[in-house]
Amino acid sequence: MSTAPTTLTSKKSSTSSKILILITYSVFILLLIIPLVQIVIGAFNHGVQSLFQALLRPEALHAMWITLSVVVVVTLLNTLFGVLTAIMLVRGQWLSSRVRRFLNSMIDLPFAVSPVIGGFMIMLLLGPQTVMGAFFSDLGMPIVYAFPGMVLATLFVTFPLMIREIAPVLQEIGTQQEEAASMLGAYSWTTFWKVTWPSIRWGVTYGVVLTVARSLGEFGAVLVVSGNIMNKTQTMTTLVYQDVDNFNIAAANSVALVLAVCSITLLLVMEWAKRRKGVHTHAH
Amino acid sequence: MHIEVRDLNKWFGQYHAVRDVNFSIETGQLIGLLGPSGGGKTSVLRMLAGLEYPDSGEILFHGKVMNDVPPQERGIGFVFQHYALFKHMTVYDNIAFGLTIQKWPKARIRARVAELLELTGLSGVEKRYPHQLSGGQRQRVAFARALAPEPQLLLLDEPFAAIDAKIRKELRSWLKSLIERVGITSIFVTHDQDEAIEVADEIMIIQQGTVEQKGTPWDIYKSPRTPFVAEFIGESTLLESIGQLKGFGQVPAQSNTKVLIRPEYIEVGQPGELKLASASENGIVKAMHFRGSEWMIEVAVGDLLLKTYRSLESPVLHIGETVQVLIHRVYVFDGDSHSVVENTLKEDPMPIMI
Repeated sequence: MSTAPTTLTSKKSSTSSKILILITYSVFILLLIIPLVQIVIGAFNHGVQSLFQALLRPEALHAMWITLSVVVVVTLLNTLFGVLTAIMLVRGQWLSSRVRRFLNSMIDLPFAVSPVIGGFMIMLLLGPQTVMGAFFSDLGMPIVYAFPGMVLATLFVTFPLMIREIAPVLQEIGTQQEEAASMLGAYSWTTFWKVTWPSIRWGVTYGVVLTVARSLGEFGAVLVVSGNIMNKTQTMTTLVYQDVDNFNIAAANSVALVLAVCSITLLLVMEWAKRRKGVHTHAH
Repeated sequence: MHIEVRDLNKWFGQYHAVRDVNFSIETGQLIGLLGPSGGGKTSVLRMLAGLEYPDSGEILFHGKVMNDVPPQERGIGFVFQHYALFKHMTVYDNIAFGLTIQKWPKARIRARVAELLELTGLSGVEKRYPHQLSGGQRQRVAFARALAPEPQLLLLDEPFAAIDAKIRKELRSWLKSLIERVGITSIFVTHDQDEAIEVADEIMIIQQGTVEQKGTPWDIYKSPRTPFVAEFIGESTLLESIGQLKGFGQVPAQSNTKVLIRPEYIEVGQPGELKLASASENGIVKAMHFRGSEWMIEVAVGDLLLKTYRSLESPVLHIGETVQVLIHRVYVFDGDSHSVVENTLKEDPMPIMI
C-alpha cells in the first residue's frame, strides 16, 4: 500500500529532473559551446593564413604584449597584497573587531561595483585634470591613459579574489600551529614560511589562477582608464571591441580565439589547483 | 624551574578573566590547574607561556621578571589542547622543528629525535603524517615535540581532553611517569578532577579568575577552604542546614552557613546492618546508579536528598526501601571559617563494658 505513492512521486521527480537536466544542457550549449564554436569557425573562416595575418598585425601584437604585462604585474601585486591583507584581516589582533568587520565588507566592494564605475573612480581621482593626476604627470609618469592606470583598474577588479581564497583557509587552520612554532623558538618570518605558507599555498595558487583569468578578460574598467589608444594602451579585449566596431569580424574572431584558448587552459589549471587544495572546499 | 606569579590580572574587553592571582611553584613539581571551563586556567597558562600579555602583575622564572620576554626565548615546552601538530610535516620533522630552529647540528638532531621517539614509544611511525596517527599517538608527538629542545618548564593545556576515555587513563599514568623520569617542572590545565587528583603533585583550584586553594590533592580533599572547593572535589551534597539530623543538633542554622556532606561520609544499610543504630536516621532509597565498581545511591532523609556509595558485596537495596542512614561527619562553612563536625552520637556517652 505504502509503496505505490512513493514510486509515483519518484517517477514524477525523475521526469521533472530530466526536464531540469535538459534545460541546463540547453543553456550550457547555447551560452558556452555555440559561441565558442562560432569563434573557432569565424577565426578559420578565411583560412589559417588570414588568422595569422590578423594576429600579426602590429596593433594585435602590441595588444598581446600589453595584456601580458598587465596580467603579470597585476598578479604579482595582487598576490603580495592579497596575502598580506588576508593575514591582517584574520590574524590582526591589533585591529579592533569592528574595524576588521568594516574592512572585511569593503573588500567585496569590487564584486558589487561595476568595473566601469571602478575605472571611472580612478579617472576622478587620478585623471589629468586632478591634482594627483597632474602631480604624477609632471613627474613623467601619467597614470590615466597609461600603463599604471590600467594596472590600478585591473587590481581594483581582482582585489577580492586572492583574499577570499586565503582568508577562509587561515581561519580554518587557526592560530595554534603558529603559536606552537613560536613556543619552539620560531619568529614570525620563519613561522610564516615553515608553518603558515604550506597550509595556504594551494589557496594562493588558486587565487593566482583566478586573478590571471580575471585580468586577462577585464574590459570595462580598463577601457575607461586606458582610453583604448592603439599601439599604446590597447589590450586584447579592447582590440576585439574595436575590431568588432570596425566590422573587422574575422580579425576580432582571431584575437578572441587566443583569449579563449588561454581561458580554457586556465580552467584546466584551476581544476588541478582545486583538487590539490584537497580538504578545503568552496562556497562559490 | 622556580616560578613565581604576583598579582596577575588579565582583562578581555570588559571580562576580568584573571584576578589578582598569586602563586609559586618549586622546581620539578607537577601542578594541576583545576577548575570549571571559562574559569581562567588557560589564560594563566598562556600568560606563563608568553602567548598572552598580562594587564598587570609579574611573572618570574628563577627570580627574573619574564613579562617582556617573548615566547620564543622563554624556554618553555607547550602542549596544545588539540596538539597543533604541523600537519604538512612528518612525525620526525614535527619533533625536530624546535631543534632545526635553534640550528642544532644534523647528527645531534637525529640522535635527539630518536631518543624522544624511543621515550614516547613512537619508534616506527616517524615517517607518518599527523592525519595518519591515532589520537593517543598525536598526543605523544605533541609531547615529544615540546620536550625536544630540552625546556625547563612544560605547560599542557587540557592534554587529555580530545582522547577517548579508555586511552586517557593509560596516557595519564604514562604522562605522570614520563614527567617524573624527565624531571621537568610541569603545569597542566584540566577541568577533570579525577585527572588532577591522579596526576598532579599539587592542585590549584581556579574559579572565576581567582585561585581558590592550592595544595596536595589529599590536603584539598581533607580540608577544603571554601564551599566551592569542597563541592568541586568529590560528589558532595550541599545543604543549607543539618540541625534536624541526629547527632548534628549542635550545628546552628544561620543564613550564611553551608553544610557539605561527602558520599563517603554516609553509610546506608538495611535495618540491623549498621552497628550504630542509635546515631542513624531512617531514609528511603530514591535512586540507584550502578557505577561499575560500586552503587551510587540517592537516599531521602526527611526532605534532604543525600548521595552515598555502597559496596557491591553488601546486600542489594531496592528503590522505595526504608534504610538506616548513618552520617559520620559533615563540613560546615560559616562565612570565612570552616570546620569538620563529627556525629556526636557516634561517641556512646554511656559505654557498657563487658
